[in-house]
Amino acid sequence: MVQEIVLIPRNINTKVPIEAEVVTPDSFAGKTTEQILNLSVARGNKQLKLKDVFDVKGVKLDKAGDLRIIIQGDIPTVKRIGEGMTAGEIIVRGSVGMHVGNNMRGGKIVVEGSAGDWAGALMKGGEILIKGNAGNYLGASYRGEWRGTSGGTIVVEGSAGNEIGLWMANGKIVVKGSVGQLAGIHMKGGVIVVQGDAAPLAGGEMTKGKIIVMGKAEIMPSFKKEGQVPNVKAGEEGGEVISGPFTKFVGDLADDGKGEVYVKA
Amino acid sequence: MPGNTIVIKNGYVYDPTNRVDGEKTPIYIRDGKIVDEKAVKPADAQVIDASGCIVMPGGVDIHTHIAGPKVDSGRLLRPEDHRKDVEPRRQGTRSGVGYSIPSTFTTGYRYARMGWTTVIEPAVPPLKARHVHEEFNDMPIVDKACYPLFGGNWFVIDYIKNNDLDKLTAFVAWMIWATKGYAVKMVNPGGVESWKWGKNCDTIDEPVTYFGITPRQVITSLAKVNERLHLPHTVHVHPNNLGHPGNIKVTLETLKCVEDIASQNGRDSVIHLTHAQFHAYAGEDWKTFSSAADQLVKYVNVHKRSTLDMGQVIFTDTTTMTADGPMEYNLHKLTGLKWINADVELETSAGIVPYIYRKANGVNAIQWAIGLEIALGVEDPWRIFLTTDHPNGGPFTFYPSIISWLVSKKKREALLKETHEFATSRTTLPNLDREYTMSEIAIITRAGIAKAIGMANKGHLGVGADADVAIYNIDPIKTPPSENPDAVEKAFKNVKYTIARGNIAVKDGEVVSSPIGRTHWLDVKVPEDWTKAVYEDLKDKFVKYYTVNLQNYPVQEEYLASSAPRRMELAK
Repeated sequence: MVQEIVLIPRNINTKVPIEAEVVTPDSFAGKTTEQILNLSVARGNKQLKLKDVFDVKGVKLDKAGDLRIIIQGDIPTVKRIGEGMTAGEIIVRGSVGMHVGNNMRGGKIVVEGSAGDWAGALMKGGEILIKGNAGNYLGASYRGEWRGTSGGTIVVEGSAGNEIGLWMANGKIVVKGSVGQLAGIHMKGGVIVVQGDAAPLAGGEMTKGKIIVMGKAEIMPSFKKEGQVPNVKAGEEGGEVISGPFTKFVGDLADDGKGEVYVKA
Repeated sequence: MPGNTIVIKNGYVYDPTNRVDGEKTPIYIRDGKIVDEKAVKPADAQVIDASGCIVMPGGVDIHTHIAGPKVDSGRLLRPEDHRKDVEPRRQGTRSGVGYSIPSTFTTGYRYARMGWTTVIEPAVPPLKARHVHEEFNDMPIVDKACYPLFGGNWFVIDYIKNNDLDKLTAFVAWMIWATKGYAVKMVNPGGVESWKWGKNCDTIDEPVTYFGITPRQVITSLAKVNERLHLPHTVHVHPNNLGHPGNIKVTLETLKCVEDIASQNGRDSVIHLTHAQFHAYAGEDWKTFSSAADQLVKYVNVHKRSTLDMGQVIFTDTTTMTADGPMEYNLHKLTGLKWINADVELETSAGIVPYIYRKANGVNAIQWAIGLEIALGVEDPWRIFLTTDHPNGGPFTFYPSIISWLVSKKKREALLKETHEFATSRTTLPNLDREYTMSEIAIITRAGIAKAIGMANKGHLGVGADADVAIYNIDPIKTPPSENPDAVEKAFKNVKYTIARGNIAVKDGEVVSSPIGRTHWLDVKVPEDWTKAVYEDLKDKFVKYYTVNLQNYPVQEEYLASSAPRRMELAK
């Protein structure tokens, strides 16, 4: 049976962000409230306890999958919430800082406000729902890493910033609003759906995967136009099909790419 | 540097140079040196009880890419390598990062934690030597040295073309002085220069583009000059055609071509074949790729003019980096991974590509086996040395694993079972029963290397030697290495003590002090009229081609945090 642990932010109005990678169902599982309060978080080079940043209410639960962590309010200065989580749920009743759900493997994160940069970076599985806007590098790979996001689903109800899905290899990103430049740069697989407009340079250096733009997009000259298609599959066999018609482009030919970019015709 | 007075008692001492093979000999240390019992007053001495432990000289690494422009470019190329391996600051040590390319301080700490106290950077572009020494200055505990690159240098090529061995001799001496270097290094001799025209030299007789001379001439001329200068180490050679199927042919030709050159300094050897594993390949292409280690071993066991190091491959994510630009370009094309290629003016080139060696990959499995085949096949342990060509075959932090493979056939058999079957079917590794003794391990990791590079005060525990000592917490009698490879690996990973020049630097696997290590280099004087003639050539080419002034080029001795020159003079 799912039970809740509630985190009430206090003391998070700080210029120096707080790194709270311990806030995951995996790390809370099997711990008493007292133990959770004493988990370490960092503010710059200072080590703090979770209790310096949050009040915690809840019961001890042994399985991460039975756990729902609710964060009551905005925490834009708190980074790395849900890092590497494998099960359970996190609900942020407000906006969250950078790196939410990075390296996530399973479970679900719901952000009711907006998320900072790098949400769902290097994600491997699970779901992230962001009801506001997402920052840059949504579902992207970190600096230097060519083995990008390999699974999971990210849905953003607002807009997203630049370079979303950088080096993405699998999984799905859906942005209901618009996206910034270089969406799906270096993409090697997976699907990005942009229901609004895409800023220039979408699909730069992509070699595989799909970018579906339902609004306007400026296609790079290194893509080849392949004509019109009535609709596009946005997932596995039997999965979602998005109705068009769409103009299909293939590239990035500068990288011998076979990626597909679809723009509403 | 004056140090403590220390007595190490009750340990099993392995000091092959002085024929001590596991006996419980006490070791006396004073003022940074190994001393006679009489030189130590018992009341002043700190006593280390090494009961149930192995005592060895500090480890020596003959070939490890740890400092300089290509290492640093590798760090810039691979932030992901740093993110996954972070060491926080501790009492007395700095923070650091990097799995395959650790930052400078961390490199020193990690070597010291394994009991290594002398390490050599083997590929210095002379123009960038200053950068190497800057990083050395930030690499604590270990003593250092470096080999400048000569195999593609325009002066070298011109002097060979003009058959002017006197000038070549003077130039090599000047360059070793200018770079504060320790030996003559060649990488893909001639081929690196051809690469600047988009070509390469796949054999030792393929002429260098534009210049017309051959790699054979480069290797033999520099080997002759090396012996003429009485340099302590032989020429240190990374032959042509590294990493390609069938390259055993060029490797054997390289060894053969210097065979009739007379050696000096009491060495039998005239050439060091580095990272031999990468040069012992048979087959026509990647499909027919197989081991040629047996051919190399057979040759080396009969012809004793060479020393070798392994270049062992480790199954892990690492970074390849070499002055062999064309090789790295090919590797980038093969893997599709990010890469750097660099040109160093009149001197050399460089390339960097990440690489992941996988057990399930047939080629990688064969490469892994070849390193071990060579180490187990070369009969004389004084001629084969343990390396991974760090970080090319894998990070140096895996040396303890390699030691455990060499001492235990049981361990190798277990690994063969989980490795691609090519390691079994295309190599001779499964048939090799040899198990290294602890004394042989001491030879291939310290004593033999110190001898090969001519560092008389390193690699042994005789009176007068530098007090570099490693104490490993394993009892070789109660836990026989061949039956307990994992215990051996554990003991070598984290020493009980590392003593560097008489200072206790590591205790129970933790760094407790970070003394600055010395930088060893050669100050070789040659007849003045040769130097004068070369100086005119230097002035000419520096004005015409170099981006720096000749006056700003040499690394000043004052630049070295702790300079340890060896002054030598060549009579006419």
